Formats: sequence, C-alpha cells, structure tokens
Amino acid sequence: MASDTILTLKQITKKFGSFTALHPTDLEIKDGEFFTIVGPSGSGKSTMIRLLVGIDEPTSGQIWLRNQQIEHMPANERPTCMVFQSLALFPHRTVGQNIEFPLKIRGVDPSERKAKALELLELLRLPQGYYSKRVTQCSGGEKQRVALARALAFDPEILFFDEPLSALDYRLRKTLEKELKELHARTGTTFVYITHSLEEAMVMSDRIAIMKAGRFEQIATSDEIYAKPVSRFVAEFMGEVNLFEVEGTSCGSLHGHGVEVHLNGQASELGCALEKGMRGTLMVRPEFVRFLNPGDTCDYVVRGILRAEFALGSRIQYEVETSSGARLTIEKLREDRFMGSVDDEVTLGWDAENSHMIREDLHATA
Amino acid sequence: MQQLDRKLGFFSALPMFVVLAVSFLAPLVVVVLFSVMPQKVFDLAHVPDFSSFPYFFEQGYYKSLLWSLGLAFCSTVILFIVCWPLAYGMAKVFGRFTLVITIAVVMSLFVSENIRLFGWVLTLMKGGLIDGHLQAWFGVGIDGALYNVPIIVFGLVYVYFPFMLFPLAQGISMVPDDARQAASDLGATRWQILKEVDLPLAAPGIMVGSLLSFVLAAGAIAESKLLGGQKIIVIADEVETAFTYGQNWPLGSALAVILIAVIGGFAIFGINLINIDQIMGKKR
Repeated sequence: MASDTILTLKQITKKFGSFTALHPTDLEIKDGEFFTIVGPSGSGKSTMIRLLVGIDEPTSGQIWLRNQQIEHMPANERPTCMVFQSLALFPHRTVGQNIEFPLKIRGVDPSERKAKALELLELLRLPQGYYSKRVTQCSGGEKQRVALARALAFDPEILFFDEPLSALDYRLRKTLEKELKELHARTGTTFVYITHSLEEAMVMSDRIAIMKAGRFEQIATSDEIYAKPVSRFVAEFMGEVNLFEVEGTSCGSLHGHGVEVHLNGQASELGCALEKGMRGTLMVRPEFVRFLNPGDTCDYVVRGILRAEFALGSRIQYEVETSSGARLTIEKLREDRFMGSVDDEVTLGWDAENSHMIREDLHATA
Repeated sequence: MQQLDRKLGFFSALPMFVVLAVSFLAPLVVVVLFSVMPQKVFDLAHVPDFSSFPYFFEQGYYKSLLWSLGLAFCSTVILFIVCWPLAYGMAKVFGRFTLVITIAVVMSLFVSENIRLFGWVLTLMKGGLIDGHLQAWFGVGIDGALYNVPIIVFGLVYVYFPFMLFPLAQGISMVPDDARQAASDLGATRWQILKEVDLPLAAPGIMVGSLLSFVLAAGAIAESKLLGGQKIIVIADEVETAFTYGQNWPLGSALAVILIAVIGGFAIFGINLINIDQIMGKKR
C-alpha cells in the first residue's frame, strides 16, 4: 500500500445562498486507503462527496487528484466514480448491461465487455447466470453488489460511496461491511466512504473523519478517535461515554465538578492532568471503569450507589449515581458480571491510561 | 345484499354504457356496414358486394393515404425534436415556471383549431400581416409562404404541439435524476446519457406522445385545406368529399375503414414496440 497522497483538498468551501454547508476544509487522502467520513445528517458529508465526485462545484478552494486540479472538472471527465445511496442502477437494463455500462461508454468491444462483466460477477460472488437477469428482479443485497461491480468496471482511481448500505437490514449490512473491507484489500483501490453510522465506519476504515456542521472535528484512525476524541461531540458520537467537568488543583490532582475524582499517582505523566486553575472535560469509556474491592487502588476513584443494571446481550450495563448526583455508565462483559445488587454502595476506579482529557473546552477558571 | 349491490351497480352504469354504445360504437358499426354496400346507396338493405374497396387503388386514393401518413410521420418527428427540450425543461428544470407553460399551452386549445389556422393564413398570405409589412417597409415581400407542403407540416406541428409536449414531459419526469448522475459519473457525455438513459426510460411518454400526434395528424384535414389550399388532398379530405359532393356513402365508408385499419395497425404496433410494464420495473 503506497502512502502517497491521492486526493488533496485545499480550503474547500461550499455555500448555498447565504447558508454555508462546508466551511473552509483541508483534507489529504492517501493512495489505497479506506477513508470514511462520518457525521449526523446535515453535517455536510453529502455536500462533501458531491464535490469530490463532481456532481457539484465548490464555492471556493481547490481539489487535487494527484497532480491534477479537478474541482471544476465535470463528473464524466473525472477518473473517479461513486456508488450512490439509491444505487442508481439503470432499471431498463440487465445486470450485465449495468456492469458493462462504463465500458460501453468507453467503446470497449462487446466480447471484452462481457468477459470483464463475468469476471466482476465472480469477484462479487454473484452467479454467472445473473448476467442476463433484469436488475429490477434482484434483491437488495444483489443490487448492492451489481452497483459495486458497475463502479469497479469503471476502474476508478478513487471509489466513492454515499451511504450505500443505509437502506439494508442489519444482518445484510454487517455481511456487506465485511465484504467491502475484503474487496478493498483485494482491489487495492482507494475507497472513500460516507456514512452516518459510526459502527459501519469503525468496522471498515483505515482512517475516519468526523464531521459536524460543515467542519471536520477530527481525522484519525478509529482507535485513536475512540480513545482520544478531540471534542465532547466526537466522544459522544463514538458511543457511550462518561464525561466529567474537572478543574486542576495544586499538586496535579483534579477537582471534579459533579463528581469527586480522587487522583492517585501518575495521571500527570499521561497527559490527563490539568494546570492549576484550568478546567477541562475528563473522559472515560464505560468498559474501562472497574468496580473496586476494598483495598484495591486506581488512578481515579469515584464512590457512588449502584442504581440500575441492564442486560445488553453479551454485556451488562450499570448505572452508578455519585453523592453529588452525577451518573456514570459502566459496562462489563457477562463473564465479568458485578456481583452486587441495586442500591449497594460501590467504589469505582479506572486507570489514567484509559482516560483522556478533552482539550477542546480547556479553559481557565475565570 | 351483495347481489343487490351488484344489480344496483349495473343499473347505475347502464345509462353511461348506452351513451357510449350509441355515440361511439354505433357510428363505427354503421360505417363498417356501409363500406361493404354497393356504390351510391343510402341504406343498408342491399347485398354486400365490397365494390368500393378496389377504388382505393384504381382511383388513386392510396396516394392520399400515403400523403396523410407521410405528413403525419414528418410532423411527429419534428414535434418530438421540438418538444423534447421544452418537455425536459418542464419535467426537470423549470420548477414552478412549468405551470405557466402548461397554462399557456392549454389556453391555446381554448380557441378552435380552425380559427387559429385562419389566423396563420391571415399572417402568412400574400399581402397579409408579414408580407404586407415587408412590402411596405422594403418593397420586397415574401411570396408563396402558403399553399405548399412544408406549411401543412408546420400547421400539423403547431396544432398537435400539446399532444406531444405533455406526454413527453410526463415520460421525462419518470427518468430518475440519480440514474442520469450515475451515468455521468461513469463517464457518459450528455449525448450518451440522452441515448442510454433518457430516451429508453422516457420511452412510454415518447410512445404515447408520438402515437397521439401521429394518429391525430394522419386523420387531420383542416391544415391541408386552409394552409395547404388543397394543394394536397389528404385521405380525410377524400372521405369527406365522398360523403358530401360525391354522394357515395359506401366509398366514403370504405376509405374510412381503410384509414382506421392502417392507423389502428400502427397504434398496436407502436404499443407493442415498448413493453411498458418492463420499463416501469414491474416483475414478470
């Protein structure tokens, strides 16, 4: 996998009238990468992909595909293509004709076209007999594969995906997510994927960009985004999270607002500490919080009362209320089930390496 | 109770059924019956002899039919080409302005076809609106704008414009935008999108519009009479003449039956040419 940059965005902006859908944005996508842009609806991710594909033009800024500036190049001249959210298959054509479409446009002769189409059917695990089947007779998952095959027949430099799995049911989606990742590995093509589902993004992507209100909040690997979100928004978008407003005191320890966080040891060395007088948001994921036995010690310790217990299939979720009324969520695998009962007093703890100080709202106490 | 409902349904439908039978079917039956009667009779109490049909070839009536079909074909092709961009705009681009166009085109139908054609005659005739002004301003006019074949085709295109425009706009609105975008994204040029996506997916609308204009134009009479000055005698004109001046009802009926059969044949052929269900994505 080459690590050259294949796509570069420089200060790309998109305005619709007085509404700014995309604030000035920079981005670099590496050759061969599986890059996913995640965001809630209205975050500007669809606007972004329309610019990248060439269906819309940016208001300002530049898009470079390798050494070529392409922001004003129409979609049909760009060596990239997209799998549409609606798939946009041609309903009046057979599966084979759909797949062959980009080749037909290029004037490839029929026998060569057919050979390529059959090869792609095989790559996407569709029976060869589907060649002459009407697309309107295919199931949702099959249509998905046909759309993919059609895009691959184009042999794009970058293959874009606009939430192509969002209309499918859960199980099929899970299967196709894995197939897509596998396909990415086999073809080596750069994939740029757009979705509102973080789960989908985490399963497949090399790198993820989180979008909010027309801006990238964070661009990083899924592990990094999960463990070290740059903002409250990203932290919460990535699933269940415990957030504490904390204030630095002397000797490197933290004074929690809403909760009492007792600091032990090396938090300052791990970058989770605050200067005296600074405020920030301390984050810890529910699965890293432990129920402490008497005598156990941890970097952070919080006391509270167990208020509720929910079974979530393979995991159990607990809710603990601290003396100040703040609520914490804890998750344990079923085999590590906590043997207490509701209304017990409990002591919770976690290690500094599993928590993270969100620097975004870091500010001095006035 | 259900039986009563059924009976009531039958009785409520009966008046309309009678009206349709008398007003649509009966005249057709009468025409078909007259077409097989001997020449120049005025009732049906004769032994059928089919003597009118040979006249179709012997007396050159087939030429009139060919003229009618030819003119109808030309005007349908021109209508399709002229209407496509406007219909496309109405279906995909204009938005609310589409309503304005729709109303404007429909309003033209409020005035009788003959009166509108006379309007064109006054505009184009020698010494008329255009020629007269040109004569007055430059001393040179345009001669011979009327009474030729192209002006008849123009008349047909003008009169049957709405019958092509609206079905076409309907057909184009059925072409999904994302299919066009996908085609473009996959490298297709505008012309390729037109050929590969727009035309096939709008085919039902194209076919309905073409059939309507073709059938109406093939049976048209006023354009060749008024604008063409009877330079060309179309088949509908011959039918009329046979019934009126000719006082030969069986001949008129025979010509009408031939016209109906030929146009009906084209219509059925056209409808079969496209499988509407298939294009609409209905499963077989």
